[in-house]
Amino acid sequence: MYVFYVAMLKRDIVGHKVLLKSLYPLLHLQPLKKGKLKLMFKNTSFNSIGGALNRVYALLLSFILIIVLTPAQVSAQDDGIPTDEAVIASGEKLFKANCTVCHAIHDKVVGPALKNVHQRRDVAWITAFVKNSQKVIKSGDPYAVKLYNEYNKTEMTSFDFENEEILSIISYIKQESSKNPAAAAPAAAESGDVAAVTTNQGPSPFVNVILIVLTVILVLILVVLAMIIGLLKKYISQKDGLSVEDQEIASQTTDFGALVKSNAFLGLVAFIFTAIVLKSVIDGLFTIGVQQGYQPTQPIAFSHQIHAGQYEIDCNYCHTGVRKSKNANIPSPNICMNCHSSIKTESPEIQKIYAAVENNEPIQWVRIHNLPDLAYFNHSQHVDVAEIECQTCHGPIEEMDVVYQYAPLTMGWCINCHRETDVNTKGNEYYDNLVELHAEKSKEPMKVEDIGGLECSKCHY
Amino acid sequence: MGINHKMENTKKQYWKGLEELTKNPEYEKYADKEFPEYLPVGEEAEGGTGASRRDFLKLMGFGVAAASLAACETPVRKAIPYLNKPADVDPGVPNYYASTYVNGSEYCSVVVKTREGRPIKIDGNKLSSVSGGGTSSQAQASVLSLYDKERLTAPELGGKKVSWEDLDKEVIKQLSSAKKVALVSNSVYSPSTLKSIEGLQNKYPSLVHVQYDQVSASGILSANESSFGIKALPSYDFSKADTIVSFDADFLGSWINPTLFSKQFAQTRKLSNGKKSMSRLYSFESNLSLTGANADYRTAIKASEQGVFVANLYNAIASKVGMSKVSAPKIADSAILMKAAADLLKTKGRSLVVSGSNNENVQVLVNGINSMLASYGATINLNSAVYTKKGDDKEMINFIKGLNAGSYDGVIFYNANPVYDHAQGAQIATGLKKAKFSISTSDRKDETAALATVIAPDNHYLESWNDFEPVAGKFSFSQPTISPLFDTRQAQESFLAWAGDTASYFDMLKSSWSASLTGDIQAGWDKLLQDGVVEKTIETTEITFVGDVSSAAQKVSTPASGLELVIYENYSVGTGIQANNPWLQEMPDPITKSVWDNYITVAPKMAEELGLVLGDMETQLVSLTVGNQTIKAPALVQPGQAAGTIGLALGYGRTNGGKVANKVGVNAYPFIDNTKGFQNKSVTSGVKLELSGEKYRVAQTQTHETYMGRENVVQESILSKYKKDESAGRYHPMISTYSGAKKPGTISLWKGHEYPNHHWGMTIDLNSCTGCGACTVSCQAENNVPVVGKEEVLNRREMTWLRIDRYYSSDAPEGDLTAMEIAAENPEVTFQPMMCQQCNNAPCETVCPVAATNHSSEGLNQMAYNRCIGTRYCANNCPYKVRRFNWFKYHDNDQFADNTSMNNDLGKMVLNPDVTVRARGVMEKCSFCVQRIQAGKLNAKQEGRRPVDGEITSACASACPSEALVFGDLKDPNSKISQMLKIKEVENEKGKKDLEVTEPRAYHMLEELRVDPNVWYFTKIRNKEENEA
Repeated sequence: MYVFYVAMLKRDIVGHKVLLKSLYPLLHLQPLKKGKLKLMFKNTSFNSIGGALNRVYALLLSFILIIVLTPAQVSAQDDGIPTDEAVIASGEKLFKANCTVCHAIHDKVVGPALKNVHQRRDVAWITAFVKNSQKVIKSGDPYAVKLYNEYNKTEMTSFDFENEEILSIISYIKQESSKNPAAAAPAAAESGDVAAVTTNQGPSPFVNVILIVLTVILVLILVVLAMIIGLLKKYISQKDGLSVEDQEIASQTTDFGALVKSNAFLGLVAFIFTAIVLKSVIDGLFTIGVQQGYQPTQPIAFSHQIHAGQYEIDCNYCHTGVRKSKNANIPSPNICMNCHSSIKTESPEIQKIYAAVENNEPIQWVRIHNLPDLAYFNHSQHVDVAEIECQTCHGPIEEMDVVYQYAPLTMGWCINCHRETDVNTKGNEYYDNLVELHAEKSKEPMKVEDIGGLECSKCHY
Repeated sequence: MGINHKMENTKKQYWKGLEELTKNPEYEKYADKEFPEYLPVGEEAEGGTGASRRDFLKLMGFGVAAASLAACETPVRKAIPYLNKPADVDPGVPNYYASTYVNGSEYCSVVVKTREGRPIKIDGNKLSSVSGGGTSSQAQASVLSLYDKERLTAPELGGKKVSWEDLDKEVIKQLSSAKKVALVSNSVYSPSTLKSIEGLQNKYPSLVHVQYDQVSASGILSANESSFGIKALPSYDFSKADTIVSFDADFLGSWINPTLFSKQFAQTRKLSNGKKSMSRLYSFESNLSLTGANADYRTAIKASEQGVFVANLYNAIASKVGMSKVSAPKIADSAILMKAAADLLKTKGRSLVVSGSNNENVQVLVNGINSMLASYGATINLNSAVYTKKGDDKEMINFIKGLNAGSYDGVIFYNANPVYDHAQGAQIATGLKKAKFSISTSDRKDETAALATVIAPDNHYLESWNDFEPVAGKFSFSQPTISPLFDTRQAQESFLAWAGDTASYFDMLKSSWSASLTGDIQAGWDKLLQDGVVEKTIETTEITFVGDVSSAAQKVSTPASGLELVIYENYSVGTGIQANNPWLQEMPDPITKSVWDNYITVAPKMAEELGLVLGDMETQLVSLTVGNQTIKAPALVQPGQAAGTIGLALGYGRTNGGKVANKVGVNAYPFIDNTKGFQNKSVTSGVKLELSGEKYRVAQTQTHETYMGRENVVQESILSKYKKDESAGRYHPMISTYSGAKKPGTISLWKGHEYPNHHWGMTIDLNSCTGCGACTVSCQAENNVPVVGKEEVLNRREMTWLRIDRYYSSDAPEGDLTAMEIAAENPEVTFQPMMCQQCNNAPCETVCPVAATNHSSEGLNQMAYNRCIGTRYCANNCPYKVRRFNWFKYHDNDQFADNTSMNNDLGKMVLNPDVTVRARGVMEKCSFCVQRIQAGKLNAKQEGRRPVDGEITSACASACPSEALVFGDLKDPNSKISQMLKIKEVENEKGKKDLEVTEPRAYHMLEELRVDPNVWYFTKIRNKEENEA
């Protein structure tokens, strides 16, 4: 039961902004600290450092959540909206093709969130509004006028839909409204923070347990053996008429002092010590300049989690160079303004963008991924030609509230990928001859390494 | 060890400089060293005052600590996007714009590469028929002049910075009250600029436009007026000429349009693929020029003898075609001149005679010869007039007289600097004091602008709109590739403002061009800008020669007996407008191989008479007196210099050119003789030369890299031999083995490389290369090659990846010192571009202890700077001596302030962001422009296709006006390089597929070393007669 509440809660935090907002005052948290909140619950789910306090919080929150969610779940009544799967599917198609530009089910985008719209207005009103919103507004409908004013007098485009089509869209909205946070669930379940990522890369935790158990057993065996020796010695020394040899054994004592002072022992210790120091120095030197996990504070609290995760905006939409250039490009404010000229205009963070535009001062983002100047990297080669996902190098960017450097960006890391990755040759005439030649030699798929991907002047010139 | 290179089959002697020929002990000392450059290590150890072991440990300890401390503190780096990203600018993606480089009378239609809105590289516009798709070294370097820190940042009035409004008010006030104003400029051949000047003249009718050229062609203009009634400079077509005779017209280097002429000339020199004919070039000149160096027959004559030679040639031809002779004194040795006459007649209609003389009478005689040879309409086109040199010498001389007489109230200097670059510059400087005001539009406070009361700085051409008509009916455009860096304004914009016209120059330009467009005007205009060039048909008129040759012959000067000074334009700094460009200052002169100086070139015999003692790059200052002017300049012994003449280059001795330009050389302009009413660059009387006894070092690069006396570096033959055997001149070394002599290619210690994808290679046609040096500057711009300065070049530490080796040669047998001495007076010249040969069995790769240099699967010998620890073993083991060591940190280092592209924020804008700026202590070398290869491959991959031949090319090959360098993929059977090399796929003894080059002219340099380079040279074939070869 407890686990279920936590899971639900996590889904809500990730996927349900309105709900989240209502929770903030309760938690005395600012929206900006959402990341911390998430981490806190992640700890509880791992059952590790979180501690009792968090558990209490979580319980408290889940109860609150149940209370908040209850009314939504008790609203299933018959209202003439079809529940047929086919109708809902066609409604979904229409919704995604026509409505998502301005509307989302659970969130305010350009227009209002459409969750439970069938409860707020009847089907006839919705139909009339979709067909010609201006007509409804001009007719003096108080709800329509209020809505129009609330959304900065943004006119909704008129749609030439059949009544059945509008009904199918409403049926889709109704279905989506009932299973509210579902969309974000898989993302939440997959989410992992830096710590999780690093443990995944190391050996399994079981190995450590097995090693510890083994050590304990060995130590125990040692103790038992020592005890047996002691016992046997005691037994022998009590016996009379021992041979000289046996006597010698019986009177033998272990001289630890001599052992410690022996050259062999000292040499061994010195060797081990030097080896450890050297190893740690070398390891330390290798981390110089490696900024994995680097997460600087940015001048504007832009969240990839909201934009890429929640709203699933394509990376290419903002990072316009990623398919055609060496640089992915940090979006210029005119791209932000495509949406933020009407969305969240009052937010202090968005205001910073306005200020930058007005004052003609470019925004100075802190660069996170810093390749040294001596290495040439080209995004379009990797994203456009090789069709590698952004996440392969940038990690779960759609979950990052504040972006951090996911990959080590060391040469070893680059090289390793070039060794392991198959070349994306499908439908690319450039590689035809290479694929043919490779097939003659090997049955393995062609790796980047096989076509010179490890050569110096592929990246250094 | 034999120092002089000889070749097995011809027994020719090659030498790189006189030091080598005369076995100068200083030279030999360095030639025997693997690393001839100055090494600080040995000196310290010998002196005993150098670093001790303790110092070393201290330094090392400090170094390690500092390095680790520095590394821990990672600096915060900012990523700053555009506020409003322009739709067509993508960071990281270059944009290309067609534009036009114009600097005085230098013209080149170009394509400008910009990155993030910064122009970084200039390449030729292949669509242009005026510059032929090639570039000159000056056009290549012009992009650095844009980022010159010495440019003016704002308009100035009386030495104080003012706003443009205030300046305009003041200028209008002065112009309105002036009685007579002159606008002085170099030749203006922009129709719209001329229109804006006309606008100014309409507003101020007293304004006269005076045009002059640093190196004028007014002799040809006047001669054509008297010979044909057309005062114009004609178009020459060297590609149609089978016999060319040049009298001091350096058409491959500096005369009228060398970029196009090089291309045309090279077309007639290309052999292979069944073509077994080539043109023959005769050159009669005083200084050894590029044209003379490329000539089949070169005769060194005194400047004063030119007229007589031309008259004699006229007579020789006239007597054969049945025309009357002119009176001309006999010349002593006329064998070659008579041979030239016979050849010219043999190829009548395909002949061309040109003269660089500015004497109208000489040119009338030349016109007479050309018309007898039916050259007009064939190799010379008077209808298609060239407008790049319109200057009339008399007009300018009259202006200077008027200025000194106080008849001008004001002068506008439109991008002209006559105080420096006119012979009477000093008179202009004094005359200006009599004018009430003077306005300069110069981009810097140059010699003239410094005296002007108003400076209205013009934009750089890369910041400007403009149109040009260099040749009648052939137009090209300039478009801004960057917003003005400073508060400057295009001069035309100023003229419009002063004329009270409110329209912008761009509007004026666009509207005048729109009028000629039909259909969609915007689309038509866009096309004009995209192509950068457009051609209109011109009217042709019938031409008849009516010149008075006999009176011209009488007026031609008779040979003088005294010492003569011949002033010339060199191939790097040129007329001196771009003297503040360090790339040009450090570009070795193709002939003398010297950098950062001008000098007086003297013939070897004269040096001996003077008692000039030479050391390693060391000579003496001589004092040169002409009339009442005396200067001190270093003497440089130049083989091929005509006896009784000395040479001096223009473009140096700037006093207000900028920090780079100011300290270099002496100004030769004041020596130009204007006393005969035309600009005469040859001073034939009153020249005195005296040894001053002061020692001076001229940095020359030719003897810096030595092949240790190895053979077959240059392989050459003559046309008649080539016709019989296409492999004539080739040297086939054999390697002795236990089973007899074998070809070097058949035995190898190496396993060889497999090239499954690409195999990059290059061919260099020694027949096409004229030695102009555009490739070297192009390489410097593309690959962020630092400028090291004169001192470091003297230390033999130049950094250029691409050098052009210049060899002198003669047929004199080895050991015959007298014969060699004669040969040294007028040797044959060969130019050989030399860069990393990208050896397949590279000797450098095997000796690198850290594998910093190794081989790629595309045939490249790759160099990883960050892996290099600077042992320099690779440079030691390189037989071609093409590896360069970074002795210093050349960027962000005050000691190398001359390296402006790396030492100030403005200059750094020119750096190619795709190429690393190398650190101190690492090796570097030609990479075959791997960044261009990678970019081209990526482009092809993105479009899902194989790269197209020509799409990927190196910076040097793309800059070459004569297409001597060809870069391409040897694996692509249809590529130009594969066709040229006639590549066949063969199976080697190991059963692997191998490429075999079957072109008989193609050879590997130092083939016997079996390093198997990916660069092939094509033998040089001279069009000489066998008995003379």
